[in-house]
Amino acid sequence: MALLETHGLTAFYGDFQALFGVDLVLEEGETVAVIGANGAGKSTLLRSISGLLRNAPGHIRYDNADIGALCAPDVVRLGIAMVPEGRKLFPSLSVEENLLIGRYGRSGSGAWTLEAIYDLFPVLKERRASPGTALSGGQQQMVAIGRALMSNPRVLLCDEISLGLAPVVVKDIYAAFPRIRANGASIVIIEQDIGQALKVADRFYCMMEGRVTLSGKPDTVSREEIHAAYFGAHTP
Amino acid sequence: MNWADTIIQGVLLGGLYALFAAGLSLVFGIMRLVNLAHGDLIVMGAFLILLLTSALGLNPFLAAALALPVMFALGFALQYLVLNRTLGDDILPPLLVTFGLSVVIQNGLLQGFSADSRRISAGSLETASLQAGPFSIGTMPLLTFLSAIGVIVALNLLFYRTSLGRAFRATSDDSVTAGLMGIRSERIFATATGIAMMVVTIAALYLGTRANFDPTQGPARLIYAFEAVIIGGLGSFWGTLAGGIIIGVAQTLGAAINPEWQILSGHIAFLVVLLVRPRGLFPRAVD
Repeated sequence: MALLETHGLTAFYGDFQALFGVDLVLEEGETVAVIGANGAGKSTLLRSISGLLRNAPGHIRYDNADIGALCAPDVVRLGIAMVPEGRKLFPSLSVEENLLIGRYGRSGSGAWTLEAIYDLFPVLKERRASPGTALSGGQQQMVAIGRALMSNPRVLLCDEISLGLAPVVVKDIYAAFPRIRANGASIVIIEQDIGQALKVADRFYCMMEGRVTLSGKPDTVSREEIHAAYFGAHTP
Repeated sequence: MNWADTIIQGVLLGGLYALFAAGLSLVFGIMRLVNLAHGDLIVMGAFLILLLTSALGLNPFLAAALALPVMFALGFALQYLVLNRTLGDDILPPLLVTFGLSVVIQNGLLQGFSADSRRISAGSLETASLQAGPFSIGTMPLLTFLSAIGVIVALNLLFYRTSLGRAFRATSDDSVTAGLMGIRSERIFATATGIAMMVVTIAALYLGTRANFDPTQGPARLIYAFEAVIIGGLGSFWGTLAGGIIIGVAQTLGAAINPEWQILSGHIAFLVVLLVRPRGLFPRAVD
C-alpha cells in the first residue's frame, strides 16, 4: 500500500473543473515530481491533497485512510505539510516565529527542530529576528521550507519552489533536499522547471489540462515524450 | 485650580477608557471585526458582577474573578456560533449583526434588571485615597489605572511571547496559510473573543464601582473605547492605553475649564489626533 494515493481525483473551483480524474502514487521515502505548464492543474492537485480544497473523501488516501474531505489543519495533523506557492510567510512574524509556527498543529517526533533547520539553512540563524518578509526571495523560500519541516511531516508538498528565484539560488535550495529525504520525508515537488524537477525526482508525472499525460522514471523517458506530454504537441 | 492635579486625575480616568478599549483593540487587531455591542457587553458584565455580589454577598473583586471564566465561555460561544459566520470579504454583516446584538443586550438587560441605575458597592475602598505630596489620589482610580497597565502588559506578553499569540498574528495575516500550519482560524477567533470578554469583565468591574450604570449606557462606552483604539493606532495595545489617557486628560481638562465641556473636549481631542495622524499614534507597521 502506498503512503499517499489519489484515485480519480476531481477538483472544482465553483463550476469550473480543474482536475479530471488524476491518479498519483507516492511510496514511502520516494520523491515524486509533478511537471506541467501554467494552468495544467499542478497547484490544484497540491491544494487538494493539503486540504485547502475539499474533495470527495475516497479520492485521496493516505496511510490507509480517506482524507479527501479533510480541512487543512486536519491534514497537517496527520503529517502532510505544504510549502505553498509564493512562500506565504507571515509578515507580522519574525523569521524564527515563522519557523516556530510550523509546529503549531503538529510537532511530530522527528529530527526537525529549530536547531536542525538553522543547521540546514545557516543564513536563517543570522536573520532569525528579522521580519520574515524582509529577507531575499531565496531566504524566504528557505523559511517556507523550514516552516513546513517543523511539523516533521511524513509527506512534504512543495509548490513551485523555484518560482521567481535566480538559478544559483534554486540550486542552493535544492541542495537541501537530500538531507530532507534522509530524515524520512516523502516528497511531492511541483515545478515548471523540468530539468530541476527531474534531477531530484525518483518518478515524475506530467500534467496537462487537469489530466496526467505521462508518468515514469526520469531516465526511461525521452525528452521528446516529455515535451509532447507537456505542451500537447503530437510527436510524429 | 491645580493643573497638575487635573492632569493626574485625567490620566487615571484614561486607564478606565483603556480598559474599555483593550478588548475592542484585541478583536479588531486579529479579525478586523468591529464589535458594535462591545459597550453593551461591558454593561452586561457589570450586571453579572452586580448579580454575583448581591446574590452571593461576595466582594466585587471576588465576584469579577468568578465572572471571568463565565464571560470567556460566553465570548467563545458568541464568536464560534454567531460572529464567525459573519466574517468574510464584506465588512457589513459583522456590523449589522453586532448592532443587532447591541439592541438585544440592552433590551434583555432592561427586562431583567429594569431601567433603574445601579451600582456595585466596593465598601470603604470607594472613598479611600492616597496622599502623594500635594496630590490626593483616589485608591479606586489608581487601581483602575494599574489594572489597565496590567491588562496591556498581559495582552502584549500573550501576543508576542506565546504560541497562541503567534497563532493570533499569523491568522490575522493570512488565515488560509495559517490553516496549513494546523491553525483552526474559527477556534483562534473564538479564543480571541473569549479573552476580549475577560478584559471586558475587568472593565465592567471598574465601570460598576466607579459610578452608576444602567442598561442604556453601552453605546457611550463604545464611543470612548473606539476613540481610544483609533487614537492609539489599530492593533497596538500600548497605543490603546495612550489613546485612553489622551481622552481622559482632555475630558478632565475640559471639565476643569467648564463642566459642560467634559464630553465635548474628549471628542475634540480625538478629532484633532485624527487630523494630524490619520492612522493613529502607533499604527502597526504591517497592514
